[in-house]
Amino acid sequence: MKILIVGGGMGGTILANNLARRLHNELKNGKAKITMLSASDRHMYQPGLLYVAVGRMTPDELYRDQASLLEPEIEFHVDPVEEFDLDNNKVKSQSGKTYDYDIIAIATGSRIYPEGIPGLAEHAEYFYTEESAVKMFKRLREFEGGKVVIAVGVPHKCPMAPLEITFMLHDYFKERGILDKTQLHYTYPIGRTHSLENVAKWATPEFERLGITYETLFNMKEVDGDNKVLRSEEGTECNYDLLITIPAHKGMEVIEQNGLGSSGWIPTDRHRLNMEGRENVFVLGDTTNLPISKAGSTAHFEADALAENIAAMAKIGVPVRDYDGKVFCFIEAGKDRATYAMFNYQNPPDPKAPTKAVHWFKMAYNKLYWASARGLL
Amino acid sequence: MNDENVTVVDARGSFCPGPLMELIARMKEIEVGDTLELLSSDKGSAADVPEWVNKVGHEMVSNEEKDGIWHIRVRKAK
Repeated sequence: MKILIVGGGMGGTILANNLARRLHNELKNGKAKITMLSASDRHMYQPGLLYVAVGRMTPDELYRDQASLLEPEIEFHVDPVEEFDLDNNKVKSQSGKTYDYDIIAIATGSRIYPEGIPGLAEHAEYFYTEESAVKMFKRLREFEGGKVVIAVGVPHKCPMAPLEITFMLHDYFKERGILDKTQLHYTYPIGRTHSLENVAKWATPEFERLGITYETLFNMKEVDGDNKVLRSEEGTECNYDLLITIPAHKGMEVIEQNGLGSSGWIPTDRHRLNMEGRENVFVLGDTTNLPISKAGSTAHFEADALAENIAAMAKIGVPVRDYDGKVFCFIEAGKDRATYAMFNYQNPPDPKAPTKAVHWFKMAYNKLYWASARGLL
Repeated sequence: MNDENVTVVDARGSFCPGPLMELIARMKEIEVGDTLELLSSDKGSAADVPEWVNKVGHEMVSNEEKDGIWHIRVRKAK
C-alpha cells in the first residue's frame, strides 16, 4: 500500500511517524510505503510565535530539521504538490514529478489573510509568522503608552490566541512599568469574550479585574491608518495607538486552485476524516472544513485516529475507529499562570482557575512538542 | 422556498469556534442575496445568531428547531 502524506506540519508529521511505527513490518517487507511531500525542509513549532511576540523566545528555538523528526523508513521530499489528480490517485509536484498512491492524506495547513481587511496588513501588528512576530516585538519595545486594540479575524488559527496575547500584553506592559499609561481594549467577533462559553465566563471577570476593556460583536471591516481608526462590520469604530490583530486565515492556495474546497478548506467527514465523496483521500489539521478549532492539538488528535485507521486499512482492509472531535488547548493567562480547555463533539470544556503549575506544564510542553511531532507523546 | 442558493453550514457539535463564528466565516464566502442555513446543536444559537445578523444588517429568513437541531437561515444583505 502506497501512502502519500502531503504537508509536513504537525498533523502530517505525527501521522507519518505514528503510521511508520504501526506499519513497521509492512514497511520492512515492502508491503507498505510512506512518502511525505512538504514545502519546507524545516519544521516550526508555531505556538512559540506567541512568546516571540513578547520577547520570551527567539525564533531559532522554534525550528528543527524536518528530516530529523521523521522515522527513517519515511521517504521525505521537499517538493510541494501543485496538482491533485484524485480521480487517478496521483499528484504532480513543483519539481514536475508525479507521485501515485493508494491512500493520500492532505495536511497542507492554513495561511494568514490580513489582506482581506483594507489597511490591516499595513497598519496592524501580528505574530503568525516569524517575521511578523519579531516585527511586533520590536514595535512593543518602542511603545511608551496609549490605547492598544486587539482585533480578531474569522476564521483564525488557535482560538485561545486572542485571550493569550491580551493577558500576555498586560503582563508585558506591567513589567515595563507603563501599564498605567496603557489602555488595553479587546474586541471579539461574537457576543461574548470567547467562543467557548465557559472560557468566556472565566475571561470576562479577569478582564474586569485587570482593567482591560472589551467590546463584543466586533468584526473588522477596515483600518484607517492615517487617523488610527478601526471600523467594524457592525457599524462601530474605535481609535487605537497600537493595533494588534489575530488575522483571518484561509486554507492554502493549492487547495483552492485544484478545486478541492472553498477558501482552501476541504469538505471532510467529521468522524472518518475522509474527503467527502472520496474513500482514499483523508484530510487533517487546519485543512479540513470541520467546525472545530484550527489548532495543533486538533491536528494531533486527528493524526492519532487516522494513523490507527490507515494502519488498520493496510492490515485488515477497514478502519477501526472514529475521530470524536477531541481538542486540548492550553490557555496562557499572563506571564506565569495558565489553564486549559479540553472538549470534543459531545462535551464542552470546563476550564479551571489558572495556576502556575499549568503554566509550567505549558513551558515544558513547548520542549516536549518535539516528542509529540515524532509520534512519541 | 427556493433552495438553489442555500448553502448548509453544519456546525453541530461545534463548541469552538462555535456556530456563530462558523456562520460569520462562511458569510464572507457567499454572494450578496445568497442564503446560508446554519445547523447548530447549541440552543444559544437561536438567540445569538439573530442578534449578530440584526446588528450587522443581514436578513434573518427562518429560525426553527427540529429534533434538537436549530436550523437558522440567513440571507447576505450587503
